[in-house]
Amino acid sequence: MSTTFVDARNLLCPMPVIRAQDAVVQLQPGDTVQVLCTDPGVVHDIPAWCRVHGHEVFEINEQGYEIVIHIRVGAGN
Amino acid sequence: MFAVVPFMSQKPKAVALISGGLDSLLAARVVMEQGVHVEGINFFTGFCVEGHTHAIRKQDRAKPKRNNALWSAEQLGIKLHIVDVIEEYKDVVINPKHGYGSNLNPCLDCKVFMVGKACEWIEAHGFDFIITGEVIGQRPMSQRKDTMQMIARDSGAEDRLVRPLCAKNQPVTMPETRGWLDRDQLYGFNGRSRKPQMELAEKFGFEDYAQPAGGCCFLTDKQYSVKLADLWATRGTREYDLDDIMLLKVGRHLRPRPNFKIIVGREEGENRFLEGYRKRFVHMIPRSHSGPLVLLDGELTAGDIELAARLTARFSKGRDAEQVTIEVKPVDAAARRLEVKPLTADEIPAAWYL
Repeated sequence: MSTTFVDARNLLCPMPVIRAQDAVVQLQPGDTVQVLCTDPGVVHDIPAWCRVHGHEVFEINEQGYEIVIHIRVGAGN
Repeated sequence: MFAVVPFMSQKPKAVALISGGLDSLLAARVVMEQGVHVEGINFFTGFCVEGHTHAIRKQDRAKPKRNNALWSAEQLGIKLHIVDVIEEYKDVVINPKHGYGSNLNPCLDCKVFMVGKACEWIEAHGFDFIITGEVIGQRPMSQRKDTMQMIARDSGAEDRLVRPLCAKNQPVTMPETRGWLDRDQLYGFNGRSRKPQMELAEKFGFEDYAQPAGGCCFLTDKQYSVKLADLWATRGTREYDLDDIMLLKVGRHLRPRPNFKIIVGREEGENRFLEGYRKRFVHMIPRSHSGPLVLLDGELTAGDIELAARLTARFSKGRDAEQVTIEVKPVDAAARRLEVKPLTADEIPAAWYL
């Protein structure tokens, strides 16, 4: 299992979703992705994208203006 | 005699252009009802209204936020592929073959482009046809009978493009001739009335969908188009990058002189967003009073800094003070402070506002 880091700071939705999507499609089921963002819209949009594609958001950390979304790649990838 | 039964080892597969509005939601659902495997696709041009200004402005953060294309996909239970087309889309905006609408909206070329991109996508991913939520007569440029046929032709989709909401008013498509879609279960909507769509939404149990026929593109917005036209005119070129078009969505834009303009944050969220551009622009911030972050865009000449500082002071809490301290930070030099008298409202001509 691997962990991939995506820096999507200073990008506005849907660009962080697209960056997360581009990372996830390269990965295997069970791999994880950490997406670092500043747009507060990501706490809705990235989990919504994960739900429709069968991936799991297992943690969201917010520190000041920065948000880290942790994604586990689903079995159907 | 035996009936000819189409044989496929798998369900036919279609990709639906999902904008986040009601029509594309319904169109996808109508096709899904006939047993077709549907996935959604959404193209991000950089001009999409979806999310941006709400994300930037702090005052909007209390409102519920959602990406309506993703919301539609969740309602339908389908995958949604969001595709970045910012670079390729520039040619559509800069050189629209069919011209602009009432503002800088190249709606017809945009639709040809998007259906063409969907065409490339289905060929790359082994899908069979494309679905859109277009309805004849709904929009003046891109949804007329003649232009809808042109879109199918010029995009390369031809009879692989299905418009389920008005299919009965359109030529027969490939999925119908192959028996994948029953024409009797498609619709014949036309005109600007939203009533048939609302009734169909009720039938499918869709509630809380995005406002019908709501604008989804900043290029249809008059004020935004004025700012974009100003950007092109003052640069002498129509080239742009993502940051250019993002900045046009944020703050007050004033052009006091032909060689430069200022961008004034209107509240905390916008100021924070503009902070991300401080390394690229000369910028100002009031120090003796609270006030906005102001970016200066252009080639500055003697006297411009003082004028911009007096404007910055005008938009600060010290607008009625005798003097306001403004910090000026050039791109490649140390910050310095200026003591300036704020401009009065009468000293700011309406023509400066873009």
